Amino acid sequence: MNVTLLAILSLAALGIVLAIILYVTAQKFKVYEDPRIDEVEAALPGANCGGCGFAGCRSFAGACVSGPNPEGLFCPVGGNSTMAAVAKIMGREAVEAAPTLAVLRCNGTCDLRPKTNTYDGASTCAIAAMTSGGDTGCSFGCLGLADCCNVCQFDALHMDPVTGLPVVDEDKCTSCGACVRACPKGLFEIRKKGPKSRRIFVACRNMDKGAVAKKSCAVACIGCGKCEKVCEFDAITIANNLAYIDADACKLCRKCVEVCPTNAIHELNFPPRKPKVTAQVAETIN
Amino acid sequence: MKSFSIGGIHAPENKLTADKATVTGALPSQAVVLLNQHLGAPATPVVAKGETVKTGQIIAKASGMISACIHAPVSGKVLKIDECVDASGYKKPAIYIVREGDEWMEDIDRTDTFVDRFDWTPEQIREKIAAAGITGMGGAGFPTHVKLSPPPGKKAEVLIVNAVECEPYLTADHRLMLEKGREIVMGLRLLMKGVGVTRGIIAIENNKKDAIAYMKSLVSADMGIEVVALKVKYPQGGEKQLIDAAIGRQVPSGALPVDVGAIVQNVATVFAAYEAVQKNKPLIERIITVTGKTLSAPGNFWMRLGTSMQEVMDMAGGLPEDAGKIIGGGPMMGKPLVSLTVPMTKGSSGLLVLPNLEAPRKEIRNCIRCAKCVDACPMGLEPYLFMTLTQHEEWDKLEKERIMDCIECGCCTFSCPSTRPLLDYLRIGKQKVGGIIRARNQKKVG
Repeated sequence: MNVTLLAILSLAALGIVLAIILYVTAQKFKVYEDPRIDEVEAALPGANCGGCGFAGCRSFAGACVSGPNPEGLFCPVGGNSTMAAVAKIMGREAVEAAPTLAVLRCNGTCDLRPKTNTYDGASTCAIAAMTSGGDTGCSFGCLGLADCCNVCQFDALHMDPVTGLPVVDEDKCTSCGACVRACPKGLFEIRKKGPKSRRIFVACRNMDKGAVAKKSCAVACIGCGKCEKVCEFDAITIANNLAYIDADACKLCRKCVEVCPTNAIHELNFPPRKPKVTAQVAETIN
Repeated sequence: MKSFSIGGIHAPENKLTADKATVTGALPSQAVVLLNQHLGAPATPVVAKGETVKTGQIIAKASGMISACIHAPVSGKVLKIDECVDASGYKKPAIYIVREGDEWMEDIDRTDTFVDRFDWTPEQIREKIAAAGITGMGGAGFPTHVKLSPPPGKKAEVLIVNAVECEPYLTADHRLMLEKGREIVMGLRLLMKGVGVTRGIIAIENNKKDAIAYMKSLVSADMGIEVVALKVKYPQGGEKQLIDAAIGRQVPSGALPVDVGAIVQNVATVFAAYEAVQKNKPLIERIITVTGKTLSAPGNFWMRLGTSMQEVMDMAGGLPEDAGKIIGGGPMMGKPLVSLTVPMTKGSSGLLVLPNLEAPRKEIRNCIRCAKCVDACPMGLEPYLFMTLTQHEEWDKLEKERIMDCIECGCCTFSCPSTRPLLDYLRIGKQKVGGIIRARNQKKVG
């Protein structure tokens, strides 16, 4: 027989045998993957930030497809538009969530919260928090060493050199929660962005008694309870000498901001208040 | 000369106060007694605001397995039970007592006479030590009575007294041996009886030759006690290092000293045990070394617990003008204090003032892979690797590399030519990995 022919035939036979083996193995060990996972993943932002609570966008997509109940599954980075796209792929109704972002609950700037000692160790908040309570009299406040800014993937946090506090860039913050996890003092909170970005929150975490807190920081919450009393919607609770405003119950009336004796309650993005009209003046106008 | 086998460093000793006899310090105007001066659960207060207490009266009871009682260090009125900033820089619960006179509990023997009663039963000894609220006085503050009762199935063979005092600057234990040698030997005999061992070792670093000679003159072969001189090397007084040096046994990773048949007690603890058993005196005072190159009158002082560091500092002539850093404890393992209002605790062995010139941390430069930290580590670990892994948050790898074995002695940071804050990162890594291990164990149980 012709040698060339023999070579062609034997190789072809070998190829057929191997192809059969491959086919059988592929059928036997086939892993079915829902094609929708790829679709959902493509619709997600792809930041892999972990803000949804999953290891990355793909595992979030897997959860979206496999989970029968979409509740609790929300991509904070993509927001409502992304979740609508995901819902469309899945043929479900989209779950709307109010947009959120991170707020810093400390206003102890260099002027308002004087230093009592100096920290000269490694420049990270984690180590500073472990070594001592911080270099001011308040052991609850911002350490100013920017661990939060370093973990932010979205360039939404920057240290203000004047105040020594990090500033959240509202347009860039995706409320992924990386800063919440990074801050050893637990100063960040993911809160509702609010209508027209208007928010009211207590910018303090100091749980010391009033007098002690006031001594270490001029804008500390002293737990006096004035805001709790003035609030008509039961949105404010006081625990451990510290007020907390429930963002869901708050109707943004701003009464608490006015009564706070230490200006610990912050209002953001509100128009300036009208000058108060006294009863007498009102009468003359009428 | 005996020593531990791996790693270690030679730091300048700076034992400025070794020849300064102890002075009884002034009584504080107010004692702030922290409820958590020991490892484990904080004690529960048993006095109320406004109550009058006598010196030595129990004011807080041990709560739980690992905890210790706390006694009033001064007589007076309980002002309040409130929070106080401790050496960690955070506020912890404490009992404030305003001192009025110095009236002691009647059953405490306050005389200096040496008591050599030896008809106690082991149970009595252990009970008296637990009742006196004695904890390890070397720094970690592990309750002594817990250490004296090894878990079932484990048997101690030797009791080692840690009189090494390898921390630079500190001389409190050195002075205690010179002035209370007889009592220490008696205390050791009592502890040996309490645990049921026949062999005792008093281990002293070789830079305290007078103490070695004196202690040798006090022990005899029939007591079963031996005085061992150890090479001057830090951390010779680390528990695991000391066992290695004194009896040549290595405590395996994750095991307790009693697993190799050893129990280690600090020398000040042994003295406190003597006082508890023979004199009925609870742990309410201790020697603290107040030292620093620029202090006007450094020395060793008997101070009541709860005295503020400000008052302790005043005993040594007050804070010098060029004070750059105040450290509670020694320079290697001590904690920098955020203020002098911090009160003394059972573990306060020293108060060190570093001048402005020496205090600041140096600039952090790049790791040059010289492996000096690996050479220095007395536990045979790789600190440079721990630092990188901690920065990258690789907790599982850290656990595999045995970060939990780190004793936080600071040899790595001391030896680093690039002045990298190795120990700081190691502590973060240890904290995280420790938390992960605890959570995992709880899951297994639950």
